[in-house]
Amino acid sequence: MTSRLSAITLNTFREAVRDRVLYNFIIFVLLLVASAPLFSQISIGMERLILVNVGLSSISLFGVIIAIFIGIGLVSKEIEKRTLYTILSRPVRRWEFIAGKYFGLMLTLVVNTGLMTLGFYVALLISDRAFKPADAAMLIAVYFIVLQFLMVTAITLLFSSFSTPIFSAIFSFALFAIGTFADDLRNFAALAQGVTKWLATGVAYVVPNFASLNVISRVAHDQHIAGKLVLYNTVYALLYSAAVVIVSVLIFERRNLK
Amino acid sequence: MFAIEVQYLSKDYAVGFWKKQLRPALKNLTLTVQTGETFGFLGPNGAGKTTTLKLLMGIIFPTSGSATILGKNFHDPGIKRRIGFLPEQPYFYDYLSAPELLDYYAILSGVEQAERKRRIPRLLEQVGLSDVGNKQLRKFSKGMLQRVGIAQAIVHDPEVVFLDEPMSGLDPLGRHEIRELIQNLKDAGKTIFFSTHILSDAEALCDRVAVLHKGELRGIGVMNDLRSTTAGKTEVIWEGPVALQAVARLTLESHVTGELVRVKVASDALDSLLEGLRRQRARLVAVTPLHGTLEEYFLSKTSEEEPVRA
Repeated sequence: MTSRLSAITLNTFREAVRDRVLYNFIIFVLLLVASAPLFSQISIGMERLILVNVGLSSISLFGVIIAIFIGIGLVSKEIEKRTLYTILSRPVRRWEFIAGKYFGLMLTLVVNTGLMTLGFYVALLISDRAFKPADAAMLIAVYFIVLQFLMVTAITLLFSSFSTPIFSAIFSFALFAIGTFADDLRNFAALAQGVTKWLATGVAYVVPNFASLNVISRVAHDQHIAGKLVLYNTVYALLYSAAVVIVSVLIFERRNLK
Repeated sequence: MFAIEVQYLSKDYAVGFWKKQLRPALKNLTLTVQTGETFGFLGPNGAGKTTTLKLLMGIIFPTSGSATILGKNFHDPGIKRRIGFLPEQPYFYDYLSAPELLDYYAILSGVEQAERKRRIPRLLEQVGLSDVGNKQLRKFSKGMLQRVGIAQAIVHDPEVVFLDEPMSGLDPLGRHEIRELIQNLKDAGKTIFFSTHILSDAEALCDRVAVLHKGELRGIGVMNDLRSTTAGKTEVIWEGPVALQAVARLTLESHVTGELVRVKVASDALDSLLEGLRRQRARLVAVTPLHGTLEEYFLSKTSEEEPVRA
């Protein structure tokens, strides 16, 4: 089982690398490093704040776009091109295929994020001329971004397991947008009355809470991130992603692959 | 023990957007394939051949019925180590090279690393791809891809090989190469379940064939027996078209070219025809018994209404 799972994972990663997906980090680094001196000219004394905000937000956005655009084809492309036929005619369980695809895309995103983070720190070094102790806290924001990718990838995989790529992309982006404003949805649920309150509370708990994973602004202002938040976010992201991947497997296990 | 035993296998597809209606793609298919046999699964396009193979591979699920492969239920994951499958017009991961693709499939089939290192170069040589190196599959021709397809189906040395339209879309040279590869598998004692609508391929390779039409099994049997069911005709050629009028009632079909007359006659009417020609003083040129062809059998089965069970 382990060898089959790791083979599918590595093949998914290899596909992304050979399709030059990771090249996007070069564009990211070039843009960030080239624009770092500009920040100091347009916002005197605030260049570091802007650089951190722009850098980390870009890492998040680039990753979400990759997660969704590769994720929507993870299963549907294999069905459409019939490569899945030669996989399922082997001793590969359907859950192994889904899990392998998920881990493969996550591996791609982690490597991509690692490279972009490296580029981000280079830009920070160019801007500040030296590293500060507060710079280490940026890694917590990056870690939360990776947790966000865990959830976005799981959601995209879920839609990909039963829907067409276009609908999967629309649903995934919609859920990502709603999840970004999860705190507002919870506040609305708290203020609502009757059936609306029940409905809003239900939706607020079902949609992914990306708001709590976004600490970019806080690290940019050198605010402390509590260890408890790191723990809660880790547990939440892992449980949410696992639940969504399990639902994907349950759907895929019963699906006729025409 | 049969290599493959299919029992009352059926598949209905729901069609329509609002009002779903069931469209049967396969109806109560029952057949057996002996170990070591090359079995041709024939039928026109849309007959249900690919549906049957997808069911046996676990790609789709049956509406009813079941099957065993090498004595085990066809959904048993363990059995998939012992079978190989080439889908129709296969597409492979085109960013991989042929050795990478075969290595990937061998890992998925549970082949150990040492065995993979030994087997893959030998297999590439066997399918005539030893010189492709690390060229990505996106640069391969259709014939080369089909050879890669055969290689991936047998990379784990399976006992039963399922091939779905393996010659489809290939030029005569490509078809010949694939036919040779299948013949090699047959010589190596593999059981081959081979779907096609190209009858000459089935005629050249298969021990037994089944004819499927509109999801129903229309005929099944040993190749020579099937051909003999449509035999029993003789072709007679003579000079002198005037004699034709006297014997026309005995002939099944006739063609006149200048002075030459060519007719087909049922073998039991041959003596009467020859007697008639002697009386007309026609000069006999040739009398040739005709053997039944698979095509004749196929056409007779795909135009009948009644299905058969085997």
